Amino acid sequence: MIEIDGLTKTYGDTRAVDAVTMTVETGTITVIVGTSGSGKTTLLRMVNRLEEPASGEVRINGTSTLSVQPHLLRRRIGYAIQGHGLFPHHTVARNIAAVPMLLNWPHDKIAARVDELLELFSMDPVQFRDRYPADLSGGQQQRVGVARALASRPDLMLMDEPFGALDPIIRARAQDDLRRIQQKLGSTIMLVTHDMEEAIRLADKIAVMDAGRLVQYAPPAEIITHPATDFVADMVGDVERPLRLLSLIPVSQVVVDGPAEGAAIASDASLRDALSACLWTGRTAVPVERDGVPIGHVTLDAIRACAEFQP
Amino acid sequence: MMIVAPRRLALSAPGFLFAVLGLGALLVPFMTIAANRIVAGNGIMVWDLAAPAAMWPGLAAVVAGLLLGLSDKMTWARFAGAGLGLAGVVVLLMLGAPALLEGAGANARVSPSVGFWCLLGVFLLLAADALAGMAPGPLMRAGLLAMALGALAAVLWSGALDDLSILLEYASRRDAFVAATWQHLGLAFGSLAAAAAIGFPLGIVCHHQARLRSAILPVLSFLQTIPSLAMFGLMIPVLAWVGATVPGAQALGIAGIGFAPAFLALVLYALLPVVGNTVAGLAAAPEAAREAARGMGMTPRQRLWRVELPLGLPIILTGLRIVLVQNIGLAVIAGLIGGGGFGTFVFQGLNQTATDLILLGALPTVAFALTAAIFMDILVDLTRTMPEPADD
Repeated sequence: MIEIDGLTKTYGDTRAVDAVTMTVETGTITVIVGTSGSGKTTLLRMVNRLEEPASGEVRINGTSTLSVQPHLLRRRIGYAIQGHGLFPHHTVARNIAAVPMLLNWPHDKIAARVDELLELFSMDPVQFRDRYPADLSGGQQQRVGVARALASRPDLMLMDEPFGALDPIIRARAQDDLRRIQQKLGSTIMLVTHDMEEAIRLADKIAVMDAGRLVQYAPPAEIITHPATDFVADMVGDVERPLRLLSLIPVSQVVVDGPAEGAAIASDASLRDALSACLWTGRTAVPVERDGVPIGHVTLDAIRACAEFQP
Repeated sequence: MMIVAPRRLALSAPGFLFAVLGLGALLVPFMTIAANRIVAGNGIMVWDLAAPAAMWPGLAAVVAGLLLGLSDKMTWARFAGAGLGLAGVVVLLMLGAPALLEGAGANARVSPSVGFWCLLGVFLLLAADALAGMAPGPLMRAGLLAMALGALAAVLWSGALDDLSILLEYASRRDAFVAATWQHLGLAFGSLAAAAAIGFPLGIVCHHQARLRSAILPVLSFLQTIPSLAMFGLMIPVLAWVGATVPGAQALGIAGIGFAPAFLALVLYALLPVVGNTVAGLAAAPEAAREAARGMGMTPRQRLWRVELPLGLPIILTGLRIVLVQNIGLAVIAGLIGGGGFGTFVFQGLNQTATDLILLGALPTVAFALTAAIFMDILVDLTRTMPEPADD
């Protein structure tokens, strides 16, 4: 559990981060969203003490981060940044091994961990281990950057716009990968982004920052349906709200028995995908299948009911 | 419809220029003969050096070398042409010198002249141009450098050129030449080592402290702008004062003239490239990589040794290359203030108007500077491409 308690950062007279208090549960993804200058990155960087707070403190599993030397603290916290920050003169394996090497892990344990992580990120260790970052595609570099941050099995992983430099298709895949890997490893992740779409897609809880203040801290559905301020509503976008809500609900939640016409969609797809399929092909229902086996169908009416505002 | 130009023999533009210059160089005196080592000599054309039958093979090699250089495509043939031409020029010199001396007075001296130097320059340029086309790797360049030095040593060692005036000058002061070589290298490499010992730590401190950096770099730039003769001259009163007032300084050999002021002047000149390139090199690591290194918990020392230094090494070594080449050249001026080195011969030769004695000081300086430049370039390339070992 990560407890952020009254954390404040001032630059001269301006309060970049103003008395932020929030609790991050272990094994969840918390996404901090805000416009540039909202203090979201500064908040993240105070967690591993790349910035020192003016007041307040951070406790990880009950221990204050101020009780550890900064560089020792950072070795326990994964850190992934925009533009990956890989060391160009080190191989992929040596990049991933950076923190375990700082922690003096034995060689064979490091080698095994590197291969394990490469496989986790669908990169063949034999093929990629000894290559240099410059030989990789942007998406591969980014995956190695995240693998490096996960290498020492950190208590917590901080990610600062980790997908900002990727094109939309690669970014969507990287987001899916992150969600999959986080669920598999049970990692605790705090991620900063300016993209509400990304936040809704990834987050268990979203923290919206505005001018240094934490204006709302809630699960995505609540952020969409009950924005605390006009700023949050703006970030979500009025027009987008029903669609964003649908994107949170898996088809399996509203599936009913019985067949339907046309091409099927997977049960873990979102209602937004189902709606899109209905509209595009002029159907009022689409069949649903799980692992290729039909399990029923979902109707346009059911989708509409889910998208409707329920105060 | 596409118009297909008739296939023509592709000519290399620089090769054509070299051929014109080379053939032109054959029309000016190739060597000179003088009554003694001081008076100006008479120019002798290449075909007048000796009996035509003896000179033909050398001339043919020169012309063939120039013709091979014309090719646009076959870079290896062009390089071979440069080698053939150089061999031809040396053979002409080897045959010409004893032939000219035959029957001349006991004090007569023969020297290479304009024609020789032009041809030498043309073939060296041709070799460089061909090499640029081949883009050889670092190891290949090291091999070629070793071959060139080996060939030069073999020619000098064989004694075939011993009749030339410059080698007669060498023969009459062999011990002084050996001593001057060591002094010169001691000045150049010693000042490099001292500048590195001062400059690296200074550069690392400047890298971390912007305020110190903006104070120190302008001072070092200013030192660099002092004309070299003035700098060496300024060292005389400074070190004379140190030698006279600081106890024990004189015992260390510190005095107004000699090795110490020359050494100090060279160190001062060397500081700017060392400090400047260290600062630039350490700043060359990508910002994101430095940020990641900090974020993953590297200490400042670990960031320096594992990230900033390895990534900046090519730039830092480039600074050392500048210093080494610059100091090998500048060390000549040490001869003026009694610091020894090849400059001794240059200034003696100037006083005596003995051109070949000047060359005895100048040519080894050029050779050392060129060798050092090529060697350091190879080193910079190696650090740029060399992958780090998997563990450290």
